[in-house]
Amino acid sequence: MTLTTTPRDLPRQPWGRVRRSRRTADRLMRVTAAGFTLIAVFVLFWILGMLFVKGIGGLSLTTFTAITPGPGTEGGGLANAIVGSFVLTFLGIAIATPIGVLAGTWLAEYGRGSQLANLIRFINDILLSAPSILIGLFVYVILVEPFRGYSGWAGGVALGIIAIPVIVRTTEDMLNLVPGPLREACAALGAPPSVVITSVTWRAAKAGMVTGILLALARIAGETAPLLFTALNNNFWFSPSLVGGVSNLPVTIYQFASAPYENWQQLAWAGSLIITVSILVLSLVARRIVAGGK
Amino acid sequence: MTRMPSAMPARRTPKAGFDRVFRHASFGAALLVLVMLAGIMAAMVAGGWPALREFGPGFITSSVWDTQNEQYGAWPAIAGTLSTALIALMIGVPLSLGIAVYLTQLAPPWFRKPVSTAIELLAAVPSIIYGMWGLFVFVPLFAAYVQVPLSNLVEGMPVVGTILYARSPSGLGIFTAGIILAFMIIPFIASITRDMLEQIPSVLRESAYGIGATTWEVVRHVLVPQAGASIIGAIMLGLGRALGETMAVTFVVGNANRLSASILDPGSTIASRIANEFNEALGLQLNALIALGCILFFVTFVVLVIARLLVARVKRY
Repeated sequence: MTLTTTPRDLPRQPWGRVRRSRRTADRLMRVTAAGFTLIAVFVLFWILGMLFVKGIGGLSLTTFTAITPGPGTEGGGLANAIVGSFVLTFLGIAIATPIGVLAGTWLAEYGRGSQLANLIRFINDILLSAPSILIGLFVYVILVEPFRGYSGWAGGVALGIIAIPVIVRTTEDMLNLVPGPLREACAALGAPPSVVITSVTWRAAKAGMVTGILLALARIAGETAPLLFTALNNNFWFSPSLVGGVSNLPVTIYQFASAPYENWQQLAWAGSLIITVSILVLSLVARRIVAGGK
Repeated sequence: MTRMPSAMPARRTPKAGFDRVFRHASFGAALLVLVMLAGIMAAMVAGGWPALREFGPGFITSSVWDTQNEQYGAWPAIAGTLSTALIALMIGVPLSLGIAVYLTQLAPPWFRKPVSTAIELLAAVPSIIYGMWGLFVFVPLFAAYVQVPLSNLVEGMPVVGTILYARSPSGLGIFTAGIILAFMIIPFIASITRDMLEQIPSVLRESAYGIGATTWEVVRHVLVPQAGASIIGAIMLGLGRALGETMAVTFVVGNANRLSASILDPGSTIASRIANEFNEALGLQLNALIALGCILFFVTFVVLVIARLLVARVKRY
């Protein structure tokens, strides 16, 4: 019994000579560790299963064509929220990508071991795990309050600020994996550093850098807290100027889930399913790229 | 690479300008990271200042939150934040360590990858989904099968009867929020701990097995002492996340403004209070909420700095 649970890469234990109490402790630990893993995996499938069961019923063509209903209105869909989410997420990534890639490049190529680079790397790691609600408050103080109004721009900036540390981190990690001789060979041909970086180092690290951007996308696509104070939400199509509230999926889910209207709750489940599936697909694709790049 | 050598000097002159621009641009982007942190710090202090000046240190110790009379105190939210995070750690840490040990020492090799992917996907699930799952699935079950029987059991007992008695067993409360948070921080603690355990040179493990140690003894006497500091770092990172988690907590914590001695009663955390009241807040209440954010910022900042230092210290070796 115990022998079969021993992993194949470990030597088999001569159990006959091991004291019973030690054997029991070992077996207890094995069962506990495996049980804990089972619990976590079970919770994941519980959440996903529940999303499918409750979300599928709310999915129909009108979910993607009709706009979100007002209080007490029958029917309705999520079209404006889905489009708004796309716009805000894209805005965030469009802001974060150039900044994140350039900052990561500086850390890996120009700064390397300098004190300043170490400090920036450290601060970036802090920002990476800073509560997103604080980013929302920050953007509220610098963009919403002074301009007297919620706007899609503020929402995009908030999401961008959340995405930047992710992109900085992965870009730097990926550039560090590019072998030095590649850079030296290019420099020996007479290319200035910028050309070495843009046409050799970046190209070699492309897959990894794309992964970082995808991970950042997955991170910000479901963010709710920062949007509460910046883009807010409404039940209409957004105006192209992005001034005023912009409807988006996460805040819609938040507001609809706790409301007493049945069609709102149904839409909240459908929205949750859409958003979770998109994020899981994004993260799985990102992992696949990393695995393929190796 | 196919460039003619004679073409080089002609190309080089315009590139030199681009070279400088590129270097400055990337340096500027890197500095922006510092500016962002400084900006968040400044914005929090500036936005919360009116409330902090009005109430002084009493802002932290007072437990009154009265929008009619404009009296604001942060203590119930601070206590809620700390207690939910503590419960999350008490549940999440043993689970995460067990998972890390299972994934590195016990699971058959072909089984490791799918399981660690599943655990990491737990981290990709957005916080609002945890909130919905908590509110609609977990809360009713928790109320019916844990809260009600437990409250009946402990009613009238000293101490335990106070801490574990739910006055209104709705399933919402500090303890529920702690459980949900535990599952949100597990993937982070588990994956960092797993990485740390994997980095330990296998010679150390093999020599322990060589003198007849069981797997449990190898974990207890070799792996844990070796990776101890970074495991604590990973736990602190989880703590940082639990302190600032917003949406899931807002759904299940009950959003009560008063302080209760029972962990099964509704309460609120700093983040849930801000998310809940922000859009209706005006004037001093708005400042008080930003001041709450300011407190949250400094607490998480300290926790995250310590966490990163601990994790980084062992990574180098």
